[in-house]
Amino acid sequence: MWDFLVNRQAQFLINGWNHAYLVILAVFFGTIIAVALAVVVTRLPALEPVANAVSAIGLTIPSLALIGLLLPLTGLGATTALVAVTFYATLPILRNAVVGLQGVDPTLVESARGMGMSEPMTLLRIRLPLAWPVILSGIRVSLQMCMGIAAIAAYVLGPGLGAWIFQGLAQVGGKNALNLALSATIGIVVLALILDVLLLLLGRLTTSKGVRV
Amino acid sequence: MTALESTTEGKTGVSGAEIRLDGVTKIYRGQKAPAVDNISLTIPAGEIAMFVGPSGCGKTTTLKMINRLIEPSSGTISIGGEDIRSKKVDELRRTIGYVIQGGSLFPHMSVAKNISIVPKLLGWDSSRISARVDELLDLVGLDPSKYRSRYPRELSGGQQQRIGVARGLAADPPVILMDEPFGAVDPITRQRLQDEMLSIQRELRKTIVCVTHDIDEAIKMGDRVLILQEGAHIAQYDTPEVVLSSPANEFAQDFVGAGSSLKRLSLARVSELDLRQPTTATVGENAEDVKQRAQANGDRSVIVLDSRNRPLGWPWVRQLKGSTIVDPGQDLVNLDSRATLNDALDTMLVSGHGGAVVTGDRDTYLGVVNFKTVTDFIEAMQREAEAETGAAASNGADEHPSERISIAPTDEELQSGSAQ
Repeated sequence: MWDFLVNRQAQFLINGWNHAYLVILAVFFGTIIAVALAVVVTRLPALEPVANAVSAIGLTIPSLALIGLLLPLTGLGATTALVAVTFYATLPILRNAVVGLQGVDPTLVESARGMGMSEPMTLLRIRLPLAWPVILSGIRVSLQMCMGIAAIAAYVLGPGLGAWIFQGLAQVGGKNALNLALSATIGIVVLALILDVLLLLLGRLTTSKGVRV
Repeated sequence: MTALESTTEGKTGVSGAEIRLDGVTKIYRGQKAPAVDNISLTIPAGEIAMFVGPSGCGKTTTLKMINRLIEPSSGTISIGGEDIRSKKVDELRRTIGYVIQGGSLFPHMSVAKNISIVPKLLGWDSSRISARVDELLDLVGLDPSKYRSRYPRELSGGQQQRIGVARGLAADPPVILMDEPFGAVDPITRQRLQDEMLSIQRELRKTIVCVTHDIDEAIKMGDRVLILQEGAHIAQYDTPEVVLSSPANEFAQDFVGAGSSLKRLSLARVSELDLRQPTTATVGENAEDVKQRAQANGDRSVIVLDSRNRPLGWPWVRQLKGSTIVDPGQDLVNLDSRATLNDALDTMLVSGHGGAVVTGDRDTYLGVVNFKTVTDFIEAMQREAEAETGAAASNGADEHPSERISIAPTDEELQSGSAQ
């Protein structure tokens, strides 16, 4: 397998890079969407069960099925992959963002308003920073999950390491079938670990010393 | 803004503004009975008004209507003659200090960041803000270099509450609202915080509205006490002396409670006593000189002061080791000169010297109070009361003679306790 990897080093690195890029982009968009939704949900308490149901049911949709459903809308290629992965990325973050924002002590919010902070300012300077550690743990879960889902996206010719897995599956019994599937899988696991460490570092940098656990 | 600027100009005298409530009523949606029913009252500039009453009496609702966290259903509120609805709500709130239970500090911000929130909202430049932060930390008795960059969770409850007060004072607002400010700390810390607040107020003369459920706190802190009944009906709004001596109705009388004669100890301040002046020593002084001075005065202990005249400790003369006086490193419980006789007795009971060190503004040393000083004062007070009772009894006007007599046993107990 080592020779196999050395021969295809360039392709492996490009696929790995694309895979990471797809996941990071999806998690980034997912975070923005989830936090925005969570802000709306915490303002309108009636929406909270809806949000919880969506994030629970959403995760049960098989990714292959969702990708199939998206095909007529966005066609083959990277866009479909990105949309599908972003959908899954959003769900765990949404749940954590709602919990995190609800966990902010209401007296702190009232005291911020009582000092003359506007509502958007209270959100940006008090509520989000306090909810951030919880949101961040949602982002970590989301990122791990999306590494796997991004591999499935190769089914619709999305970018990333998934292509080799499907190639390997297609040539079962062939000379390089095992090498293809195994190297891609290990690549995904290693990538996931690296990104998780980076997120941990990001968390340390962006979480105030006053609320760090 | 104009009110705020004018207050920062005049450092001396009253910097507060008058608050006037006129027919203020609050009815929550879906509720028949009003939470606050047609309240009208005036809080003069530079005074502390204590709102006191049982829970659910509408005292907090009334307070929150002043900074529009709750909008009244009808009636008007004005600060310094200006209707509070004439300004944008956020701008109004930046001119009103707001201090709530436990300090309610933002845990993700350092002490300095917490204090500088309102100055930042008002667009002060950073050098002015950091100077102000240090000034305020000093005012509330915390060393700026030590506490500036700490986070709330690294502070004790009392320290957090002090920062909360500093934060409320940050932009020098003419009006400060406090909601059970000292409710979350232990009794000794609470007494200290109350004393500090009084000493700060003596310096700043803000208009302070403070909600409490503790009648003792109300009597001690208030220039005026507002006793509220269910539905925020005013039972009585008067000075503590009047509230204690002539409750307006049965509710007020019940609320003030049966121990109102003891509560009168809360009306007399330590500053009214003749303080003893024992031997003092300043850090860095020659120890031998100090010992000789103590001997000449007949004192077995000396009070050690720092270079800014703040008491550090109260060691016995035999404890003075070395050639110069050093900080004895004791945790001295000081008594603010605005503290009540009640507090004074409390503090003296835990002191090994049968007395307590009294401090004035910014913790500067004033003298020492001991049991004898307090009992002398109580005796004098009692003689006065007896003379009054005699006069009143002949008129048949005194309703509670028993209250005055009940001081007597306490007095005797104290005298036997003062034998050192």
